[in-house]
Amino acid sequence: MVAVEGYRREDGRAGVRNHVVVLPVDDLSNAACLSVGAQVPGTLPLPHAYGRLQYGEDLELHFRTLIGTGANPNVAAAIVVGIEPNWTARVAEGIAAAGKPVEAFSIEGRGDLETVRLASHAAQRLLQHASELRRVPVDLGELTISIKCGESDTTTGLASCPTVGVVVDELVDAGATVLFGETPELTGGEHLIAARCATDDLREQFMATYRRYVDGIEANGADLLGSQPTQGNIAGGLSTIEEKALGNIEKTGTKPVVGVLEPAAPPTNGAGLYFMDSSSAAAEHITLMCAGGAVVHIFPTGQGNVIGNPVEPVIKLTANPHTAATMVEHIDLDVSGLLRRELTLEAAGERLLDLVARTANGRLTCAETLGHREFVLTRLYQSA
Amino acid sequence: MEHRFLIHKRGDYVGVAVADIDAGERVVGIYMDDDAAIEVEAVDPVPLGHKIAVVEAGDGDPVLEYGIPIGRATGGFGVGSHVHTHNLRSARW
Repeated sequence: MVAVEGYRREDGRAGVRNHVVVLPVDDLSNAACLSVGAQVPGTLPLPHAYGRLQYGEDLELHFRTLIGTGANPNVAAAIVVGIEPNWTARVAEGIAAAGKPVEAFSIEGRGDLETVRLASHAAQRLLQHASELRRVPVDLGELTISIKCGESDTTTGLASCPTVGVVVDELVDAGATVLFGETPELTGGEHLIAARCATDDLREQFMATYRRYVDGIEANGADLLGSQPTQGNIAGGLSTIEEKALGNIEKTGTKPVVGVLEPAAPPTNGAGLYFMDSSSAAAEHITLMCAGGAVVHIFPTGQGNVIGNPVEPVIKLTANPHTAATMVEHIDLDVSGLLRRELTLEAAGERLLDLVARTANGRLTCAETLGHREFVLTRLYQSA
Repeated sequence: MEHRFLIHKRGDYVGVAVADIDAGERVVGIYMDDDAAIEVEAVDPVPLGHKIAVVEAGDGDPVLEYGIPIGRATGGFGVGSHVHTHNLRSARW
């Protein structure tokens, strides 16, 4: 499709960044991980708020997210730090299954300072290892790409999401894997996704996933009026969830849905377009997709979301001329010419695909230059 | 005359302003599926990104955009009206 240069990982997958992550298993280990990051600049600490007294499916999701993040092809090597050894080993072994170097440290019986000393030595070694890895030719069509829009308005559905849809179709045709989600935000257009599921089984699985999410909201005695669309969406002209969903779905293109994934789960059915059960909140969503193996994220915005992710670069585009002008440091691609009909959808798609290729080759996104590293774990229920 | 709003599909009740529209202005919209033009007189101001009605709707009527219902009209609206949360409500929640 388009030749780029990326990193070939031990499990055969291709990445476009070369991070050494310092990954806490739990909230208590954030301080040690941040200290390692300070001792060995160039490593990437990933502090987060959770990991204690979780259980059941919520705990499984926690492990799956951490392991998937460490195993992501944009990661060269990982340091894992947890308060106690068992769960720490579980996360480290999960990442090591991808074949990449992992070292694990637990704090109990040792304290923060000794843990930081040991982990910093390991971080230095792994960073030097990563620094000798070279980019090699890979095809854009072998990458896993994620998509999600945010701070949407009507310009997203008119122009920036259709631009992404064009690129998604091209990527899928070229053999890429593309992940989309935002389960509750398909409301009003869920039948369109159901109709594109490749088999009846997948269709049932998709509709069951969709209904479970929406039923869960209703079981809390709530509806989403006032939250979906968001206040920002409404200011931008979106009136209802159905209208927002139809704009959102534009970015999924036209290809069949070949898999329905649990949150943070890697695709298992070959290349193609996958639905992943996920919230529509940008940071949570991209964190889950990154854990599922996505190495570049494409993010259409209307009113101007500023989101980034520590591990996968987030490319933001807008068709809203006000946003392009007032939030220039956050917008990688301005496609507002589509609204004025000065730009064709095909030409906008070419510009976006070119930007995806340049980003894969190492060009920093706006979010990367500004240090937007939103790493937010999804919770399914309260801690015990 | 340069277009001021775009309509996704033939049969849609609303178009989307791509520039701010003042009340009383006569403005041209383009259907994105066949490039046909339509002219309406704006009844209300319609800011960029907000919707302008190209078909009238009665109270409770389903309102189409993208050729698909995006909710129901509350109280109804005439051609050229600003269509938003004051006269359109989700049929889902």
